[in-house]
Amino acid sequence: MTSDWWLRLREAGPATTSDIAEFASEIRRTTLVTINRAGLGHIGGDYSVTDILATLYGRVLRVDPENPHWADRDRFILSKGHAAVSLYSTLALSGFFPLEWLETFTGPMSALNGHPNRNKVPGVETNTGPLGHGFPVALGCALAAELQGSERRAYVVLGDGELQEGSNWEAFMYGGHRRLTNLTAIVDRNRLQQGDRTENTNSLDPLDAKVDAFGWEARVIDGHDLDALHTALASPSDRPVAVIAETTKGKGVSFIEDRAEWHHKVPNDEQVALALEELSR
Amino acid sequence: MSTVLTDCRVPFAHELIELARADDRIVAVCNDSVSSSNLGEFRSLFPERMFNVGIAEQNMVGVAAGLANAGLIPFVCAAAPFLTGRATEQIKADVAYSRANVKLVGMSPGVSYGELGPTHHSIEDIAWMRALDGLPIVSPADDEQTREAVRWAAGYEGGVFMRIGRFKVPSVSVGQSPAFEFGRSNAVRDGDDVTIIASGVTVSRALAAAELLSERSVSVRVLNISTIAPLDVAAVITAARETGRIVVAEESVSRGGLGGAVAELLAESNPVPMRLLGVNTFAPTGSVEFLLDHFGLSPEGIAAAARELVGRA
Repeated sequence: MTSDWWLRLREAGPATTSDIAEFASEIRRTTLVTINRAGLGHIGGDYSVTDILATLYGRVLRVDPENPHWADRDRFILSKGHAAVSLYSTLALSGFFPLEWLETFTGPMSALNGHPNRNKVPGVETNTGPLGHGFPVALGCALAAELQGSERRAYVVLGDGELQEGSNWEAFMYGGHRRLTNLTAIVDRNRLQQGDRTENTNSLDPLDAKVDAFGWEARVIDGHDLDALHTALASPSDRPVAVIAETTKGKGVSFIEDRAEWHHKVPNDEQVALALEELSR
Repeated sequence: MSTVLTDCRVPFAHELIELARADDRIVAVCNDSVSSSNLGEFRSLFPERMFNVGIAEQNMVGVAAGLANAGLIPFVCAAAPFLTGRATEQIKADVAYSRANVKLVGMSPGVSYGELGPTHHSIEDIAWMRALDGLPIVSPADDEQTREAVRWAAGYEGGVFMRIGRFKVPSVSVGQSPAFEFGRSNAVRDGDDVTIIASGVTVSRALAAAELLSERSVSVRVLNISTIAPLDVAAVITAARETGRIVVAEESVSRGGLGGAVAELLAESNPVPMRLLGVNTFAPTGSVEFLLDHFGLSPEGIAAAARELVGRA
């Protein structure tokens, strides 16, 4: 079955904010059902990044689900690859592959591994999962676009805990040095990592001042405010842009929100029913 | 063997420039390693196609994967110990597992950095890279092989790890055409009593050892393994069957190295007595020449190991 979301969001005129809100709710419902069915997933990080993905795919990225290898597509990389189900749900709903694939998630020989694989999943640009990998690859995508004289852009979503990996700061440094105006790094700032709060573990604040010092334009926004996301992701700059999206882990379902244990806890059938009710309000 | 000695970084850079002139997809990525990779001329000719990310190997390999994503053909040129050691996980996830078309060129491998010591020696790189699924490992032995291997790598669709030495070597490919063929070894000397399997700088030393052994009427076959992965299975098994004894001489640890690869293969297919020579401990202080001799990789050392196997001490 092919979803009709792409038609609604991208081909029938520009999407409105309420369209994106509905799209995000559908991504959350799809994610929930997929994780429950598989008995595996990282729902907390899936939900903190959902509004970012809905905005990117619903109204920002220049990509074509029917031609995922289009040479001049924008490049999107989910560096926090453990949020794979939200990405898979977004891609399936956008028409990159059939929705039925989601039923196979983590099953034997499924294309949909626990972390995304570019050789198996249309729309995935590089294999992520180990943290600190996506940003340098996105940087390479942006450098290539510049060299090739293309208008295409590169976007990468980073977990905030992920920023403890030094490779990200190598990428911030070189991206700033090259003043890559075609590169946007989005930090999913949900303030939780697997074991604890980021600030209790290895603090990141003041994150905006840090990235600013590396030559980037920091845009600190509410990562669940769809208009703010749209503006932050779509408006140009004379520097590379770091969108620091202040988010809530598990956003959208009250009993999942902002709890470390929901990093990769799996909702049972009863919790799914409760969550679906909340997500359909 | 010729008497002209070549620093293989020179033909490497020359060939890369020739390729880049003909194909604008060829780009170079390095970690402040423009001079140590001999890429000064490349940078002058193609400044916008040289990405020097500074001393940041993880970013270097990730950036190369991103460049490859756009259809470019990046040659990542960096000292082998730092490329393969510092960026191992990037090579695994971003290049090998992602099947990105990135050429990883490990400059100055083995004990090339001599007196600088074990931090700068790259003796583990073959073992580390050989553990990765689907990553060819190429180790040219001389000027001609280097040129042909670089040209092959540019045309090959997929990641490649290539060792390019700075220690000067004589030609061992005179009269061989092609000098380099991916996946194929070169029998640079034929013989019946024992086979010496060598790669890179040890090939000319193996040939010199064979010469010493011929004076004692030991007939030696020498295989130049310029593709370490995938190994030339047929040639190695044939050598084991026909000569019955194998010495492996490499500028690397034997554990997981070429010696390990040959031993794994023959253990399953055709076990024969073997001696594995390599740089199997952190090296003491000394020049490259001293260290190669110290680890038994001199003509005399290799010949001694072969004589022991043949039982004609």
